[in-house]
Formats: sequence, structure tokens, C-alpha cells
Amino acid sequence: MSEILLQIDGREVKAKEGKTILEAAQSVGILIPTLCHHEKLEPYGACRICTVEAETRGRTNLVAACCYPIEENLVVRTRSEKVDKIRKMLLELMLAHAPEAGALQDLAQEYGASKAHFEKEPSFCILCGLCVRYCTEVKKKNAIGFVDRGARREVIFIPEIALKECPSCRECFPLCPTCVLQAKFVLTQALVPTLATKEKGKAESVTISDNGEDSSS
Amino acid sequence: MPRINSPAELEELRKGILSKRDQNKPCITLCSGTACNASGSGEIAASIQEEIKKQGLSAEVDFRRTGCHGFCERGPIIVIHPEEICYLQIQPKDVPEIISLTMKEKKVIERLLYTDPNTNAKIIHESEIPFYKNQERLVLGSNGRIDPKSIDDYLALGGYSALAKVLSQMTSEQVLEEVKKSNLRGRGGGGFPAGRKWEECRNAPGEIKYVVVNADEGDPGAYMNRAELEGNPHMVLEGLTIGAYAIGSHEGYIYVRQEYPLAVENVGIAIKQAEEYGFLGENILGSGFDFTIKVHQGAGAFVSGESSALMTAIEGRVGEPRPKYIHTAIKGIWDRPTNLNNVETWAFVPQIINKGVDWFTSIGTAGSKGTKVFSLVGKVNNTGLVEVPMGTTLRKIIFDIGGGIPAGKKFKAVQTGGPSGGCIPEAHLDMKVDFDELTKAGSMMGSGGMIVMDEDTCMVDVARYFLDFLSDESCGKCVPCREGIRQMLKILSNISKGKGRDGDIELLEGLSEVTRDASLCALGKSAPNPVLSTIRYFRPEYEAHIREKRCPAYFCKELISYYIDPKKCQACMICLRQCPGGVIAGGKNQIHVIDQEKCTKCGTCFEVCPPRFGAVKKISGEPVPSPVPEEARIIVRESKEK
Repeated sequence: MSEILLQIDGREVKAKEGKTILEAAQSVGILIPTLCHHEKLEPYGACRICTVEAETRGRTNLVAACCYPIEENLVVRTRSEKVDKIRKMLLELMLAHAPEAGALQDLAQEYGASKAHFEKEPSFCILCGLCVRYCTEVKKKNAIGFVDRGARREVIFIPEIALKECPSCRECFPLCPTCVLQAKFVLTQALVPTLATKEKGKAESVTISDNGEDSSS
Repeated sequence: MPRINSPAELEELRKGILSKRDQNKPCITLCSGTACNASGSGEIAASIQEEIKKQGLSAEVDFRRTGCHGFCERGPIIVIHPEEICYLQIQPKDVPEIISLTMKEKKVIERLLYTDPNTNAKIIHESEIPFYKNQERLVLGSNGRIDPKSIDDYLALGGYSALAKVLSQMTSEQVLEEVKKSNLRGRGGGGFPAGRKWEECRNAPGEIKYVVVNADEGDPGAYMNRAELEGNPHMVLEGLTIGAYAIGSHEGYIYVRQEYPLAVENVGIAIKQAEEYGFLGENILGSGFDFTIKVHQGAGAFVSGESSALMTAIEGRVGEPRPKYIHTAIKGIWDRPTNLNNVETWAFVPQIINKGVDWFTSIGTAGSKGTKVFSLVGKVNNTGLVEVPMGTTLRKIIFDIGGGIPAGKKFKAVQTGGPSGGCIPEAHLDMKVDFDELTKAGSMMGSGGMIVMDEDTCMVDVARYFLDFLSDESCGKCVPCREGIRQMLKILSNISKGKGRDGDIELLEGLSEVTRDASLCALGKSAPNPVLSTIRYFRPEYEAHIREKRCPAYFCKELISYYIDPKKCQACMICLRQCPGGVIAGGKNQIHVIDQEKCTKCGTCFEVCPPRFGAVKKISGEPVPSPVPEEARIIVRESKEK
């Protein structure tokens, strides 16, 4: 693999061909915010919070740094008026769903995003898909998935698999940027009593963390 | 069916088919596209067959069920050849007369002919009807002449000769050059030059490459791809096979939505027939070139028409778009080079090969060559499929071909390009329609939907309708599209309910900008178009909704009231009796009054009030006058002598 030379925020950066802008930036300590990215998972490009300006062959495009493969002479700007404006609004859109989520609040402060800009619609989930993809790609269990599409899209545990696999795994819980996942799982257990009883022998009790989000309905 | 092993054998086969056909033998063709089928084409076909037999004409008259003729407003359509007599809105009861009078006695039945609304003249021939006269039908032209289930019909018109020419006389590079020189641009939406896409796919590394037909048409009101695929499937197959040869692909897919059962059926039959003749499969026409086509049925998701989502769906997963920073021409289905084009793009290829680049580039505008099929629907007299050269004005399409707006109403706007397109106002009616002009006007070509709107259409509601569609049809993967559309839809719904606030327009513009700039795929990137184009051209209408709580088109229910003018009410009891809610008070000789509290604003009273009274009014943005006191409601009629 050959080395590629590019420029990020005015700095010359060398990185291996096939790397993304995000990886190249991280390699020299330039921070680009992410919410749906995880190094163990395939690039996904859903939260768009890593949007940056990428200039190539005289044209500037707004691209997702987590997915865009680097190329020779690429000029990247990780902060600009445009980029900040996009990030601010994306955060406000997500805050309508998870107003108290720590990961969002930290970024909201940085970009001046208000959680009151849009009417609250607390689903507590920003659909980053970290849980779904971790379960599919790393654990290969498919115990959690997306249902429906568009504005009705949501994440659900598939009870038949989840109640068998999740009690002994729970590796996705800490990945959740809004800490809603554990609650969802408890709810799944509660809503499927017959399955829960069947698996009770193996299941450890799961307690809800006290971050205030105890319901997903 | 014999297997055809060379271009010479194909020519023999064609001559054989033609020698069995007498061009002068009377032939009844009946439109059997989906629209005409829905209005009874099946029954008519049965009765034509029965009558031909009953009246002893089996030997003298041919009968053929064809694809969509395009004039769907007036279907089912019959065209009788060789005279080309065109009968419209046929019913089964008309059939015996058609057989006995027109077929036996060669007499034209006046009442089934097209009547020119301006001159009241009857028009006998299909090609002289204004709807057809002003069109140039390169893609749709054969639809009315062939039975899509018969490959022999296609062969009789010279079908597969372009494929034979390509395989026997041209190298794959030459084919690619022809298509590049023709400047054929993709008919599915973006208008990307097909030749350049082919070239990128051809040059991409990898042994296995795919070519795909995008027939996942999903825009509300658009159905040209359906008519093309179900009406002339072999033309698409031939184009795809030529493309595969140029690109170096041996496997093709047709991605067609399962809601198009007739298209699925006809293309399935066509593939089988082409395989039997050897136009598909191994060693096509003895050239050594192998190519197979599979049909993949889509499950009805609008977003699956997006190239990367479509390819993900073909792989057997949920049709969600993925980043395309590496083009699908390089990494498509299963990460292999894949060339996707719309049905109509592929359909042009055989004609470009047969008639040449000069012919093709002589049609259209500088940047957009050839013709384009539009699905002309909405508030227009002649709804149907219209094919015109690029550069034809909107006015010609809507007024000359479409026959203008029904019921004497005024034209307000035309929405082009489906949910991702925009609304174009009257001031732009003389715009020459092509890819670039539409984009300049804030809309897009899309796949060619054209929804005409009259003065009764509320533009805020139009934007709300399309955003509602998109919020359902977005895959929901990325935040700007899913959440941006959700919030825009909320704001638009509020505005149309009279709950709009100052700053809403600016917020819509801000959301539009982020949704356009940050979304993952073209669905999100173009989703703000209906909002932005209506704000651009109809801003005062938004402001009236927000500031005055007034709907200038008198459409938004929450902002209008129905009111009976006491000075005009003749107490005729018509509205009172017809009101479904029973909320109109009054009686004989008693002025009628609507109970505003209980009125559901269905508009029945407004529609039934006799025009000579015109007592029921729609009001918006002003308070409803208080009702006349009960004691003053008696009408004292003046003597009749006066």
C-alpha cells in the first residue's frame, strides 16, 4: 500500500492508501467529532456529524470523514462556517430525541447547539446503529435490529434471540451514546414474560442505571 | 423456435415473419397497458375475439393487444390498421358495431372518434389528434404496434438488428464511442452521460461486471418506465445486451418493482423468448458473446431507486443507500463494477446504433439530446404519456399536447421530477425543458413526472404533501434526511393548520440547506427541492398562511370557512339536504345558516349551491360574519309578475 499525501487543516498529513479522512486525521491527533463511528465496525456514515469540507480537483464537497477514502492532494477542512452550521443543526435535530444524552451535550456546547430549538420528541435513541452493527458485525448474533423506515425507524431487540444471547454479553450497552439501550433490553424482557421465564435460569438480573432514562416507550 | 446463429439467419427469420404478414390486412389493435386494463381492456378484448368469430371475419381480420398508447385519459383505445382509425373510451357494447360497421362495411363510427374541443371537428386518425400530433415518439412509438408478449412482432419491426450489427460489425470500443458521442444522458434523474458511466465501468478492474436496468419507478404520478417495460420489453433487453457488450459484462439484472405485475410478466416472457432464439445466453448470434439477464423484483421502496440502495437490495439486504465516494461503476453489486441505467436510457441504445449518432444528436438541445417521455398528470385535460424532443416548452407540453387546464381554471404551477423536483410557476411556461434548464429553475428532470396544478392548489400543501411522502420513503439511516424531513414536515403541517410562526420560512430554509448538504444519498440531498422551490416562487402564499392565517387558494381546511350569504340565499333547501353533517339550519323560505362550530368543511354546500344563486362562499383569513338573527331569516318573496 502506497502512502498518500494530503492536507488537513493546513497540515501536511501522510497516510496509507485506503484510509479514510477520519483515520488520517486521528493519526496526527486532529479531532473530528463522531457519533456512529466505531473502529471495530465498518464505516456507516449515518450521523453525519463528521461532515468536513474536502477539496479535490478544484471542487469542494461536504463529505462524511468516516467514509471518504483519502486521495493524493486532497485538502480537508475539519472546521469552517459551513461545517459548524451543519454540525450545530444536526445536534439540535438529535437533541430533540435525546435532550439529556451526555455525548450530545458535550458537542452541543462546542457548537452552540440548543436543545430547545426543536420540539422535544423523546425516543432517547439517535439511531446511530452502533448496537445493531456491533451485534451483527462483531458478535454475529443479530439480536438487535432496525425496524421500519424513515421517520418511523427504530431499534428493537429481537426477543427470541436477545433473551438467549444478551444476558451473558451486554457488550453493546456501553456503546450507546444516549444510554437508552439497557432500558430497551429490560423493557424487552418485561414485555416477553414467557420467553423471559424460559431463559431465567441463565439470565443475570439487569439493573437500570440511574441516568434518568428508564423507559423507551 | 429455431435458434438463430448469425445476423444472416436473423434476417432470414425476419423475412419469414414479414412474408407471412400482409401489411394491408385489417388489424385491430387494443391498448392493454395497465391503465387501459383497469378501465376494462380485458373485457373488450374478449368481446372483440368473440365478435370477429361470430361475424365470420376470423380469416380477414387480425387482432392484437398492445402496450400503452399513452393517451390514458381516453382509454381504452382501439386503433384500426392500416387506415389508423382511432376510437377512444371504448366499452364492450361498442364492439359489435365496430366489427360490423368499421371492419365489414369500412364505415367510421363518429361517436367513438376524438372531438377537437375548440372546433368540435371529429378526428379520425390517431396521428392527427393534437395529443399525438405534437409529439415525437421514439421510445413509445412502437408500443401501439406490437404485442409485448410476441417477440415476432418486435422482430417484424427490425428488432434485434442493432444487436446483430454490434456483434458482427463493431468492436466493444466502437459501441462505447458511439454512445459517448451521442451524448445520451441518463433518463432516471441526474442526467449523467451514459457513455461516461459505461466507460468508467468498462475500465474498472475486475473480471465480473454487472449491467442493471432501473425500473424501480416510484414517483407519485409517474409511470413512463412501466409503460416502456410492459409495452416493449425487447427494446430494453436489446439495449441492455448492447451495453453489456460495450462494457464487458455477462450478467444483467432488471430491477422492477413488484407493484408492476404486467411489466414483470412481460419482461419475463421476453427474456424467455430471447433466450430461445439465442439473443440471450451463450454465444449470442454466433458471436461468442455470452450474456444472461435475471429479473429482481423490488418490494416497493422509493429509496431503492437510488443506485447504491438498489444494488444493496439486489444483494438480498435491506435497500439502504451507502456512501458512493467510490462510484458504483467501480464498486457496485457485491463490490463489483456495476453499470445502472434507467429503462428509458437503455431503450434508446438500439436506435442510436441503428440510426446513428448524427440522427440522435440532431434532436434536442445543446446539452440534452434526444426525446424524453413525460408522465403528464394532475389538473390537465389530456393526462397520459407524452414524448417530446428535449427543448420543447412547458407551454407546448401542457397546453398544446395536454389540452390545458380543465373547467376553465387558471394554470398555477407544474411540479416536475417527482418528490425530489420542484414547482415551476407560470412565468416559466416558455422554458425549454431539458436537464439543465429544469435544474436552473430549482427543479429537476427526475424520471419525467409532470404534475400540473391549477389555481385551487395550495403551494404550502403541495410542499407538505411531498415531504410527507418522503418522510415515509426515506430509509431513515442518516440524520439530516430522517430528522430534517421530519422537522420540515412538522413546520409545513403547522403552517397549513394556521399554526405557523414568524421565522418558520427561515427555519425551513436552514433545514433545507443542511438536509441538502449533509445527507448521505440523493433522496435526502434533493428532498428540500419541493420546499425551496415553493418558497422561491410562492413566498407570499407562505406569508399569508403564517401572518394572516389565510390560504390564498382556499384549500387548507383549518384556514377556511364556508358561509352562506343571507342576501343571496334563496332558501332552496339543496345545501341543507345534502350537508353530510346536517349542520345547516333553515327551512322553506328561511335563510340557511351553517353552524360554524360543527361544520367539517367538506365543501358539499359550496358545490351544490346553484351557480345562479352563488350564495355559499369560501372565506379565508377573515372572521365569519355573525349569522342573521333567527327572526330576520324569513324570506318574503316578491310577486311573480314582476
